[in-house]
Amino acid sequence: MTLLTIDGLQMYYRSDDGYVRAADDINLELESGQTLGLVGESGSGKTTIARSIIRLLPDNAEVIDGSIDFDGTEVTDLSDRELRKQIRWREVSMIPQNAMNGFDPVYTVGQQIVQAIRYHEKETSKREARDRARDLFDELGIEPDRIDDYPHQFSGGMAQRAMIALALCLEPRLILADEPTTALDVVIQDRILQTIKRMQAEIDSAMILITHDISVVSETADRIAVCYGGRIVEQADSATIIKNPRHPYTLGLRNAFPDIGDEDDDLISIPGTPPELVDPGEGCRFAPRCPFAEEECWEETPKPEEYGDGHIVRCHRADEADLLREQATEKATWDGMRDKVRQSISRGED
Amino acid sequence: MSHDTTTEGTDTASEGADTISRRRLRWERRLAALRNWAGILKADRLGQIGIAILAFFLFVGIFARPITVEFGSAWFQIQPFSLAPHESSARVADESLAPPSREHPLGTTSLGRDVYSQVIIGTRVTLIVGTIAAFMAVFIGANVGIISAYYGGWTEDILMRITDVVYGVPFLPFAIALVFILGASLVNVIAAIVLILWRGTARVVRSQVLSHKQRPYVESARAIGASDFRIMYVQIMPNVLPLITLYAAFAVAWAVIAEASLSFLGLGPPGMISWGEIIYDARSAGALREAWWWVFPAGVCIMLFVMSVFFIGRSLEKVVNPDLRHTQ
Repeated sequence: MTLLTIDGLQMYYRSDDGYVRAADDINLELESGQTLGLVGESGSGKTTIARSIIRLLPDNAEVIDGSIDFDGTEVTDLSDRELRKQIRWREVSMIPQNAMNGFDPVYTVGQQIVQAIRYHEKETSKREARDRARDLFDELGIEPDRIDDYPHQFSGGMAQRAMIALALCLEPRLILADEPTTALDVVIQDRILQTIKRMQAEIDSAMILITHDISVVSETADRIAVCYGGRIVEQADSATIIKNPRHPYTLGLRNAFPDIGDEDDDLISIPGTPPELVDPGEGCRFAPRCPFAEEECWEETPKPEEYGDGHIVRCHRADEADLLREQATEKATWDGMRDKVRQSISRGED
Repeated sequence: MSHDTTTEGTDTASEGADTISRRRLRWERRLAALRNWAGILKADRLGQIGIAILAFFLFVGIFARPITVEFGSAWFQIQPFSLAPHESSARVADESLAPPSREHPLGTTSLGRDVYSQVIIGTRVTLIVGTIAAFMAVFIGANVGIISAYYGGWTEDILMRITDVVYGVPFLPFAIALVFILGASLVNVIAAIVLILWRGTARVVRSQVLSHKQRPYVESARAIGASDFRIMYVQIMPNVLPLITLYAAFAVAWAVIAEASLSFLGLGPPGMISWGEIIYDARSAGALREAWWWVFPAGVCIMLFVMSVFFIGRSLEKVVNPDLRHTQ
């Protein structure tokens, strides 16, 4: 069953210089119970996409076009009050990046979970809500008695677990996990991810996992969508994205992560910087950094095209993927690009 | 999500124990907070002096004259003690402007009234005006600060421009005009003080809320579906409460000075003697030079009271801002 359908969403930020096109023509589908990984560098629009589902955006954000359909409800048409009462937390909850600051310092963690439960379920007694919080703590591997502690008494990993408890307390149908493990060390990271995964399966909810770490999503997500410059440039099931990517950006991204099995493997970074999103003009936004860019790429925005089994790519040269894949593993391909980027920068300064 | 069904029998017993320990935990926390303040106070001699003086004035204010409550024709005294030997307006001596004597420890006024009694009874008005005006001012100021910072935009523009305007209003001319137009009464005196005094709290609370508004916990609350009202008063307000308390303490001192100033100018609540009023009487009787016993006690009381509140405020400031604890 399709839980979430985002169709042609354009979410822009108003600024003094004009609109910042943070999310441009986004198409996404999410089945219930499924996990979608949103990958991309900072400023690629992944957070904007996820947050627009619960409209948790700065005041200057504006939906220009498109629809967000959450299980038959058009979210963009809801009033703030309806959104608050019906969608936020009850249906869609969020695990923020920095859990430590995600709790109000003046209340105990337990009080905050109880408040959240009773805010949406008026009929639940304080005692029941507390018991539920204790059960959740127990399942997440925290001593249940610690619900009476204040947030500052928790360690980073524990605070993140407590945040997960808060996100799960109403058994929502969708969890937005915004880089939930970025603030933690690698060992804890893995354990937290396992815990999220297990609990998610238990209450059968879907999840959107936002991260810049492709290794994190590859083992957690069913599907991966790669964002670049406010657009989704490629989406497919995880195995396809990892093994058979077609978009040059995904190819570059894959190079930039270390492979533990290959000792001699030098990391290859993608030259250049992310694009300016104020008035970016026509054309593929990755073109200035793409070693395979042709004239067409600069002039015409590539349309999303499907290459079998839900593998959707936005690239003019996606049908030459086998060739690109081979060339992309060579350092020289990207190094050549590096000089070009440098030239274009110095040209811009003249 | 229930994981243990086997221990159901013992559940009720352990739950009972749980609530008791929880209640105890909460009380222990409150006690610890109190002890924390007491600990800071222990090393803070000025804070101790402040509390002692304030406690003394409170005692005097409450027991100055008997307090009676009337129900139609029936009445009873809820506080029968009287520290002041005479009514403030009673003519107790034939000799006017008598210097201190055994009978009248602080001498008499030009109308033969007992200054000692007047000073004691004047404490009451000072305390009433000081606390009521201060708390009303801080209440208004805190709300203006929270609302303008939280909503921003035109709400903030309007509220903060009003605050700016009030900042431009000099207190005494404003109060004189207001009391002159509306007439001298306790309510009008308090109103004049409140209408000016809220501005400082509004600005300071606003700047604090502006910073708290950006913190992730506010965003979490929004994601949970909390309403604006709830975020402002349940989530943010407790975080700025220590600061509000501090400003309340300073507001009390300021309100007392303001009341004394107004009374000194003859704009005090009529029929109620206050410290400022005593000095006003002395001045209008032309006795400021010769009758030191008439003027001095009230002046010293004003000074001591304001000083005690500032001392307490300083010690509160150390609780609010731990950085200050090490500077001495």
